[in-house]
Amino acid sequence: MSVTLTIAGLDCFYGEVQVLHGLELELRKGEVLCLLGRNGAGKTTTLKAIMGLVPARAGSITLGTSELTELPAHEVPRAGIAYVPQGRRLFAELTVAENIEIGLMTRNKGKMVRENVLDLFPVLRERLKQRSGTLSGGEQQMLAMARALCLEPEVLLLDEPTEGLMPSMIAKIRETVTGLRERGVSTILVEQRVDAVLSVADRVAFIENGRNRETVDVTQLRDDPEMVRRYVGVG
Amino acid sequence: MGSLVAFFPHLLLATLEGLVTSAVLALTALGLSLVFGVMRIVNVAHGEFFMLGAVLAWAITTTLTGHPALGFAIALVLSPLIVGAIAWIAERLVLRRIEYNPEATIVATIGLLYIIQQLALTFYGPEARPVTPPFNYRIQLPWFGYSGYKLSIIAASALLLLATWFVLTRTRIGLIMRATQYDRETALAFGIPVGRVYGAVFALGAMLAAIAAVLIVPIQQAHYLMGLDPLLLSFIVVIIGGLGSLRGTVIAALLIGVSDGIISVFFSPTLAKIIATLVVAMVLVFRPQGLFGTATK
Ligand SMILES: Nc1ncnc2c1ncn2[C@@H]1O[C@H](COP(=O)(O)OP(=O)(O)O)[C@@H](O)[C@H]1O
Ligand SMILES: [Mg+2]
Repeated sequence: MSVTLTIAGLDCFYGEVQVLHGLELELRKGEVLCLLGRNGAGKTTTLKAIMGLVPARAGSITLGTSELTELPAHEVPRAGIAYVPQGRRLFAELTVAENIEIGLMTRNKGKMVRENVLDLFPVLRERLKQRSGTLSGGEQQMLAMARALCLEPEVLLLDEPTEGLMPSMIAKIRETVTGLRERGVSTILVEQRVDAVLSVADRVAFIENGRNRETVDVTQLRDDPEMVRRYVGVG
Repeated sequence: MGSLVAFFPHLLLATLEGLVTSAVLALTALGLSLVFGVMRIVNVAHGEFFMLGAVLAWAITTTLTGHPALGFAIALVLSPLIVGAIAWIAERLVLRRIEYNPEATIVATIGLLYIIQQLALTFYGPEARPVTPPFNYRIQLPWFGYSGYKLSIIAASALLLLATWFVLTRTRIGLIMRATQYDRETALAFGIPVGRVYGAVFALGAMLAAIAAVLIVPIQQAHYLMGLDPLLLSFIVVIIGGLGSLRGTVIAALLIGVSDGIISVFFSPTLAKIIATLVVAMVLVFRPQGLFGTATK
């Protein structure tokens, strides 16, 4: 399978504290790659580095032929990457419609895309005028996904999308990820719990102390539960 | 009975004078509030943009010959544009370099304040100079005549406030500004060029102050030290109204302006200032986010 996004030798810092240490990662076309690791391992920082929100002090992040670390942050989404941040980070004061409009303006997508996205999440259609901060947790997560999908991205970054959601909502999110995979979208999915990814991921990368310890096929993981315990602890 | 009849015209006059103050103050404070709301920085040089607006209006109207109304109309457009350009350059050259660090920004804008003030002193001089009003029409009310120009200040300000509200809430540019204000990082992740938005907002804030100054300068005269009062009053308005809240800014400006007018006419201008300061202190103690602001999380 061909590779779409490659991270090589990535070092990231917050102030003087180094958080990513020569991180390596490869995202293949059309796959769901899951980043698994304990709290504080550097998963969110990896996604932020891809988006240009945390500067790379060393290393490279390439998408196709473009070097993302050389782009200003606001041009990264135009290259075809959409981001669903941890904790959703909706514009809480803005309405559902306005949040979606911001997603659409990123890559100049029109009404058609908006309708397609709203068809994926029909609840949002009924709440277009509502302030997004007043939505339920599950609806907020759907809006965060919808806002990102308005970019019609080639690569989708999802940071703990099932955090704090009810099981029915978790199923809905998983179903969406699988559906996108069928349409050829490549996804990096961050999770802390293994059971959350077994059914959706193609491969799993174990992140520990800002390094990628090992990337394995999800089938390998099913056969060797011990592996998970090594990197993530019981859970 | 006789005193009551005499009281009403006084009250009306005081209210009208207060509304003129409110109109100018609302525009100036809105500029400060927008900059703080979107960029999270305190611009101590805001009053100097006001002063520059007035001084440039004097320079433009005295350079141009012809009907005063024409010169004034040109000043009303040109002066804010020049001030906006200066603010934009200052933002790109200074504020961006220090990455909008709150403390560094205060020091940097204090520096900007002195630079603009000294430049004005050097090129404009220490005199207070009048600008001819564009027209001298007096409106005859049953009790007294009132300056048509002052009423037009109120109308112009109301129009500009409405226009700002419309841009902020109903247009794409406004949506981009609000998204930047609420979450800078997520705005970046959705392709919003936050740096450019900051430059534009800083320029817009300065332009609002400059417009306010051009409107008031036919009544007040231009002077190189005239920036201090609008700066302090804008801070008062912004603290009472809540930072980044347009509605709060307008209501607080009305409150300050009209009560200042009334207290000044019936008691003394000093008492008006004392009361305004007291109100600010109370708001800071009991409702630090302002009357209309939302508490920051
Ligand atoms: N804004 C920040 N400033 C300083 N340190 C941070 C910041 N964000 C995260 N960190 C630190 O960086 C490390 C990695 O964090 P993060 O990438 O959020 O981990 P994860 O998403 O895997 O839980 C942690 O030690 C965390 O405390
Ligand atoms: Mg995280």
